[in-house]
Amino acid sequence: MAEEPARTRGGDDLYGLLAEFDTVDKLMHAARAVRDAGYRRWDTYSPFPVHGIEGAMGLRDTRLPWLVLAGGLAGCGGGLLMQWWMNAKNYPFVIAGKPLFSLPANIPVAFELTILLASISAVAGIFILNDLPRYYHPTFRSERFRRVTTDRFFVCVEAADPKFDVAGTEKLLRSLGATQVERLES
Amino acid sequence: MTDIALDPRALDNSGDDPTRRSPLVVGGNDFSTVTEKVCGILETPRPPKAWYVAFAISAAFTGVLGAMVTYLIATGVGVWGVMIPVAWGYAIINFVFWVGIGHAGTLISAILFLFRQRWRTAINRFAEAMTIFAVICAGLFPGIHVGRAWFAYWMFPIPNQMNMWPNFRSPLLWDVFAVSTYFTVSLMFWYVGLIPDLATVRDRATSRVRQVIYGLLSLGWRGSSRHWQHYERAYLILAALATPLVLSVHSVVSFDFAVAIVPGWHSTIFPPYFVAGAIFSGFAMVVTLAVPARAFFGLEDLITVRHLENMNRIILATGMMVGYAYATEFFIAWYSGSMYEGFTFINRATGPYAWAYWTMVSCNVIAPQVFWFKKARTTPWIMFIAAIFVNIGMWFERFVIVVSSLSRDYLPTAWGYYRPTIVDILTLAGSFGLFFTLFLLFIRYVPMIAMAELKGVMPAAHPHREEREDEGKEHVRRPAMEEA
Repeated sequence: MAEEPARTRGGDDLYGLLAEFDTVDKLMHAARAVRDAGYRRWDTYSPFPVHGIEGAMGLRDTRLPWLVLAGGLAGCGGGLLMQWWMNAKNYPFVIAGKPLFSLPANIPVAFELTILLASISAVAGIFILNDLPRYYHPTFRSERFRRVTTDRFFVCVEAADPKFDVAGTEKLLRSLGATQVERLES
Repeated sequence: MTDIALDPRALDNSGDDPTRRSPLVVGGNDFSTVTEKVCGILETPRPPKAWYVAFAISAAFTGVLGAMVTYLIATGVGVWGVMIPVAWGYAIINFVFWVGIGHAGTLISAILFLFRQRWRTAINRFAEAMTIFAVICAGLFPGIHVGRAWFAYWMFPIPNQMNMWPNFRSPLLWDVFAVSTYFTVSLMFWYVGLIPDLATVRDRATSRVRQVIYGLLSLGWRGSSRHWQHYERAYLILAALATPLVLSVHSVVSFDFAVAIVPGWHSTIFPPYFVAGAIFSGFAMVVTLAVPARAFFGLEDLITVRHLENMNRIILATGMMVGYAYATEFFIAWYSGSMYEGFTFINRATGPYAWAYWTMVSCNVIAPQVFWFKKARTTPWIMFIAAIFVNIGMWFERFVIVVSSLSRDYLPTAWGYYRPTIVDILTLAGSFGLFFTLFLLFIRYVPMIAMAELKGVMPAAHPHREEREDEGKEHVRRPAMEEA
């Protein structure tokens, strides 16, 4: 990117442009417009999940359920294997002449471990796919952005986006009804 | 506050008119006033005086619990009233009672979420907190009742000096897995729900200490839509996993009894009967906690009369199921033709523990009948009293099941009468102290209403139709869901 003039990219320390919106409708409208303008490296922010924003932003569906499936299968298989190995193989445990390993008696523990590992995978999925915890992010530099967890909506277009252009992008965001547009340092 | 909030009719959103959806948040609130109200509770330098009084009392009882547990471990289980034939006493009764309390929290947070019962959002946070604290109280008892508490780790499949593993074919071991999974999943579910709200507290924090603590806990959450996408899916999956889990937990607890051949325990009705009882007692505890909490902290606009009424309806319905189970037990005892079963149930109602049996029936079957009346369902003090009765009744239900069956076994020569000692009683009282201490700390330091979720069910959170054009199938199914 070195050959591009610094003017359009807005300087090396520019992370992106942060635009503030005051209603869900304006955010949805803006998301759709930014998507249609062909931007790739951008995000929207809201105090609660806005329904339909994935479509408006053109996001792919999440792969998180696959992680959960893997966790659940590991829990179930691992649970059965553990019970078989501990009670039938490593230390055969004769209780009232019952079989050393039989599915009905070993289902409850396998079931609980399925749920446990699937749930842990779901939570781990949030951490991994969202890259959390992350205690520094350029948006945190903005005073105004603190209201994102209360009642304000934001669109942030990154300077690293190939289509980014300080003046042009700012003009687009303003035309979408942004109440404020500010430059974020990285 | 606008004048709408002062109009008593605006506060009553419990109407049953099907042509009109009742609002979930009343009193003219918007996104920022919801945040103000909920965060205000933890941001005031001083909580109400009542909080200090309640905290002092609870903490004192927690101290009593610590003393009793220390005395027990230092001396031995002989300090309890358990004695053959009644070798299971307060410890198991309290365990079943507290695990049962927890079930309402998961029902509200997971099952009602799957059923798209959006009214749950105002009460799910503290119902989940209640679940966690109740399971902590429950988990204490199996740990201390084993006699040599320092060997409690033998319950888990951890290598030990005997080179032996636990017996995986025992319901008592299933319990270990069910309850520890339940606790872990409940805690994760609660924390995941908390992350966005902790970020709100972080963003509003004025002191460095609060910024750092809430900042660390909120993991750097910033409300990104890309994050929300994974988050919402994970939350839905956790709800779907917690639903069978919660049903399994009390079923497994009931196996502790049902698998034994003791008359009055060896019954296939136990799993559904225990689950219904658990939800019944749990909702009663939610009402017990919600009624004072909303009054002290001025949350009547968020935890509305409609929320309370819905919970009271669930109490009435599950109370009827429990009553039906009591009747079925008697019928089956007669119909089975087993003289031991028949005797056990006649003995429960007329024998030495008849006082406990009739306490149970009056509190669990008769008391909730007041909820047939709308006046009782919507008047806080009436529902509070009824809920206290249910709490007492459900504790006695476990007492009746555990003690009356064991004290009158097959052989009359082996009969006995169980009396708790003062240590038993103080340990029970102390477990309430622990529960309330944790709960009071929670309402002081953690947002007790799920703000992000509550904002999501407010009308202003939904894009208008023209802004939803290109959502495809989302667009078609949304109108039915969003106001539910």
